[in-house]
Amino acid sequence: MSAGPVHVDTGHAGHDDANHDHDTHGHGDTHGHGSRKDYLIGFFLSVVLTAIPFWLVMAGPFSAGVTAVAIMAFAFVQIIVHMVYFLHMDTKSEGGWTMMALVFTVVLVVITLSGSIWVMYHLNTNMMPAEVMSEMR
Amino acid sequence: MSSTTMSDQTISDPSRAEADRQKKDDPQRDVFFVTEEAHEHGGMGGTALGFWIYLMSDCLIFAVLFATYGVLGTAYAGGPTPREIFELPLVALNTSMLLLSSITYGFAMLAMARGAKAQTQGWLAITGLFGLAFLSIELYEFATLIHEGATPQRSAFLSSFFTLVGTHGLHVTFGIIWLVTLMTQVARRGLIPENRRRLMCLSMFWHFLDVVWIGVFTFVYLLGVLR
Repeated sequence: MSAGPVHVDTGHAGHDDANHDHDTHGHGDTHGHGSRKDYLIGFFLSVVLTAIPFWLVMAGPFSAGVTAVAIMAFAFVQIIVHMVYFLHMDTKSEGGWTMMALVFTVVLVVITLSGSIWVMYHLNTNMMPAEVMSEMR
Repeated sequence: MSSTTMSDQTISDPSRAEADRQKKDDPQRDVFFVTEEAHEHGGMGGTALGFWIYLMSDCLIFAVLFATYGVLGTAYAGGPTPREIFELPLVALNTSMLLLSSITYGFAMLAMARGAKAQTQGWLAITGLFGLAFLSIELYEFATLIHEGATPQRSAFLSSFFTLVGTHGLHVTFGIIWLVTLMTQVARRGLIPENRRRLMCLSMFWHFLDVVWIGVFTFVYLLGVLR
């Protein structure tokens, strides 16, 4: 740490020096604290993105199909909002490894969800129940 | 290990000289991971990434439970359907509790960054209360469902519903236990680097649970009632 000389008198190891450093410019931190403004923007967006889907379902101004697509879109956007404003995700933290882990997980989640639902849906529609099979014999 | 000014003179220490060489020689810096540099951040750098990877593995648990619910969510076995048993106003109230707890935890982190111990504790306490409110509402909902005969044993839909929402609730429960533990730690030791690191991890955990809840209220409750 270049600011080392400032804290020479502490007598502790470099550990403490670094953490004092940390405090002074903590905003450059990997999983930074964000600012009050960031949290408030995130909160405001979340409230709006939560309220609209609840209203859409409870008041029901559109057909079920349209509403379903809309609320899934709202959920997707809200997840992004939470990631950015509350979890402080960006492409640079930890040299990009946080983002890499996230991308990997998202790929696995998509495969798990779409794969399971796709396969099991076809299993349900294409396979006859056992009793129907025995009647045909 | 003494301060940095000392190490400029004492080149005889090989590990120190190595670290110095890396600071000057920028392209070389990222080649080695175990340097003094890594320790000087109080372990936060490694912890944040490690904890993030834990959260991602937790995310996979929820993905599997969501997939299970997606497959079994329409298998009512002649029992109650989502439209009959879910009460959206209650879910909306529950969601707002969790959302409020997210922003109050954010304020706790801001207070922590300022080094304001009392404010940090205050916001953490409020966060814990919102978390408790969330859990109480969820338990009330579960109790009502079970009282109405919509037990986990009733149908595959209800089994997967209770597993998914219950697992989330269990995470919140452990989050609250963790929160109380950290409040005790901060009360006794103050906002020392270790406690800051722990609070940072719990922050990620808490906000992550909120992200999972977005999936729950959208796919389980809202889409369930639409069906």
